[in-house]
Amino acid sequence: MSLDKDTVKNIAYLARMRVSDDKLEPLAGELSSIMDWIEQLQELDTDGVEPMASVSDVTLPQRKDAVTDGNCQAAVLKNAPDAVDGFFTVPKVVE
Amino acid sequence: MTKLTDLNIATARDGLAKGDFSAAELAEAYIQAVEAGRDLNAYITETPEVALERARESDDRRAKGDHIGAMDGIPIAMKDLFCTEGVLTTAGSHILDGFVPAYESTVSANLRSAGAVMLGKANLDEFAMGSANITSYYGPVKNPWKAKGGPSDGKDLVPGGSSGGSAAAVAGGLAMAATGTDTGGSIRQPASFTGIVGLKPTYGRCSRWGVVAFASSLDQAGPMTQTVQDAAIMLGAMAGHDPKDSTSAPIAVPDFEAAITGDVKGLTIGIPKEYKMDGMDPQIQALWDQGIEWLKAAGCNIKEVSLPHTKYALAAYYIVAPAEASANLARYDGVRYGLRVPGDSLDDMYMNTRGEGFGDEVQRRILIGTYALSSGYYDAYYIKAQKVRTLIANDFKTAFQDVDAILTPTAPSAAFALGENQDDPVAMYLNDVFTVPTSLAGLPGISVPAGLSNDGLPLGLQVIGKAFDEGTLLNVAATLESAAAFSAKPDLSNSKGGASS
Repeated sequence: MSLDKDTVKNIAYLARMRVSDDKLEPLAGELSSIMDWIEQLQELDTDGVEPMASVSDVTLPQRKDAVTDGNCQAAVLKNAPDAVDGFFTVPKVVE
Repeated sequence: MTKLTDLNIATARDGLAKGDFSAAELAEAYIQAVEAGRDLNAYITETPEVALERARESDDRRAKGDHIGAMDGIPIAMKDLFCTEGVLTTAGSHILDGFVPAYESTVSANLRSAGAVMLGKANLDEFAMGSANITSYYGPVKNPWKAKGGPSDGKDLVPGGSSGGSAAAVAGGLAMAATGTDTGGSIRQPASFTGIVGLKPTYGRCSRWGVVAFASSLDQAGPMTQTVQDAAIMLGAMAGHDPKDSTSAPIAVPDFEAAITGDVKGLTIGIPKEYKMDGMDPQIQALWDQGIEWLKAAGCNIKEVSLPHTKYALAAYYIVAPAEASANLARYDGVRYGLRVPGDSLDDMYMNTRGEGFGDEVQRRILIGTYALSSGYYDAYYIKAQKVRTLIANDFKTAFQDVDAILTPTAPSAAFALGENQDDPVAMYLNDVFTVPTSLAGLPGISVPAGLSNDGLPLGLQVIGKAFDEGTLLNVAATLESAAAFSAKPDLSNSKGGASS
């Protein structure tokens, strides 16, 4: 499984991560060698095997649909890099 | 009198109870050791004020005859993956710049309730991704041990990872014990590299709430200590059901310390034949054989077992863990906390922030995870890896029908020099070959220091237990510990600013 520069650029965009052009080639090499190594999984016959998402075989617990927390706007915003007037801010998204 | 920094949890507990010294004196001795040992880079943030305050509170409780917790007055390092209220929490990453949590992780809160004294936040691989503690934004951690002879003679060595700061702090006398987290070996491998005990509990034993997430189906917190008894004491203080983590097991925490009876007669110990790998270091094989002899001598029955899918565990792990990481790390968006690098649009700001904020190894894993989860590859990689995970978990289920615990080496080598294995990610991943299968199966594993390499570096043996049977695990580990009588310590006299200077 070989990944080329364009594929890496596309995955980086899907992950919303800027990767500079000079890093694409070496990354394509590294990721290809990792994926080549992972390719060994295809040797195994896994037909009829259930995929395992979690080791805990308990059913997820349910709780009452009730408010248990709140009124902590200041604490929520405390670490925001650019909070204004009680809000998080983002660059303009509507023209 | 013994130096205060030579004590462990059990001996300090006795000394505190007898009034030989105060928690404040203990904290002060460690604060000095932490300052003197800065060359190891074991801590990202030192918290001497917090330590002294909690130590005084502990002394007050004792003076008043209040309830004394299992860790009362014990100075520990907290891996900087645990959110700590009011104290900078970095996960070893640039992207969490300036993040001061408004809440406390359940595990660190449990330790605090048990009276533990936090000395600071220990360095780690960025987002716990690494096996050498070289990916931290805050620089690599040095192993307090040095090789005598051999290719690494006199060089700075890695402490293992990702809990490398925790391991170096305990081995170097800069903390009496430390918290770690283990996703694929991040407690056990650094414990082996630094000659200490490291226990990864059963998945679900400790709450993950407030621990910066890497791979949620694998992450588990555990103790890193000087002795097996200390690991039992500290695990008891960390563990417990937590409604805030839906995967936290709703079962009672047993008395782990009481489980260490020293009697392992009649237990059956499994030796997985697939762990005898081609090209295995003869020193590691010899140590493993020695471990088998020790357990035989203690009255255990030894039985060869088969874990036939072992060779596929690492490859499955390197799909499952990055896939979960790519989803978990999507939260670092430059909006709610941490680093923000401006951009012309929302996408541009995300890309700049995440491009600059994540280091190389974290980016590699996010890219692999994103690729494995992307349309057209999801079934071929992610679902395939999850199916292989089922096969690996079933291997252990079958083996544990016949045995009470399994004995293996912890890592394929002793600590290596800083800069080695750095150019080839896959070579680095192989460090976790003996620890990853246990993680995939969610089982508990412990590394016990059992011997020295030809170059004088510590080597660990791993005991793997049944789910939620840490008691048997600790009992077997304590048997190995007393048979090995591992008493070697790193020579800190030569290292600039070593703890004993």
